[in-house]
Amino acid sequence: MAAHTGAGAAAAATVTVRVLAFARLRELLGFGERAVGVPGGATVETLWSVLAEQAPALAGLRASTRFARNGALADATTVLHEGDEIALLPPVGGG
Amino acid sequence: MIGLSAEPLDVETLVQAVKTKAHGAVVTFLGTTRETSPDDPRPVAALEYEAYETMALEELRAIERETRERFGPLGIAMMHRTGRVALGEPSVVVVVVAPHRGAAFDACRYAIDALKARVAVWKREIYQDGGAAWIANTTS
Repeated sequence: MAAHTGAGAAAAATVTVRVLAFARLRELLGFGERAVGVPGGATVETLWSVLAEQAPALAGLRASTRFARNGALADATTVLHEGDEIALLPPVGGG
Repeated sequence: MIGLSAEPLDVETLVQAVKTKAHGAVVTFLGTTRETSPDDPRPVAALEYEAYETMALEELRAIERETRERFGPLGIAMMHRTGRVALGEPSVVVVVVAPHRGAAFDACRYAIDALKARVAVWKREIYQDGGAAWIANTTS
C-alpha cells in the first residue's frame, strides 16, 4: 500500500514551466510571463488546455498558435520538463 | 549585422556597417508604417511591435546565412523596430551590398520576404479613433 501510494505520488508530481505569451495571446491571458504548474507527463497540449480554462477566449486561437520549447519550435505533443520555457506564438506580423 | 531596436532605424549607419570596397551595389528596403490598414477601414495612427527576442534574433541569423548561401558573397544588415513606430517611419530595414546589382536586388527581396514570414515579431495597429488590433502577415 505504501509502495502504491509512492508510485501514485511520483506520477502526479507537478512540473513547473515558464510560459511566455505574445501579442494577442499575452493580452487575453493577462500576462507575458508566468510560472505554471502542470501534472508530470503533461504535454504542450495539456498546458494549452490548462491556460484555455483560465482564459476561455483562447479556444478559437488554438489552430493558429504555434509553440516553442526553450527557443525552438515544438509540437503540441512535446512532453514538458521542469524549468522549460514554453512560448505561445500567434501568427507573426513583422515588417 | 542583424538586430532589434527600440530606437529609430538609420539606413546610412546600416549601409556603412556592411559595405566594403568590394561592393559595387547597395540595395536597401525600408518597410514604413502606413496610414491604411489591410484589415480595417479606420485610419492608422501608429504601429506597435513586440518580439520574442531570442527566437527573432536566431531566425534573423538563419535568414542571413541562407541569403548568402543562395546569392553568393554579399553583406547583409537587417534591423527591426520594437515598440511604438510613428506613421511614415521605418519599422524594418534590409540592406544588401554585393559586387553587382543583380544579386543585391534578389537577395534583398528574399531576405525581407523570409523575415516577414518567419521572424517572431508581432504588430499592433493603433487607430486614429483610439482602437487597436493585432495584424498578422498574410504570408505566415
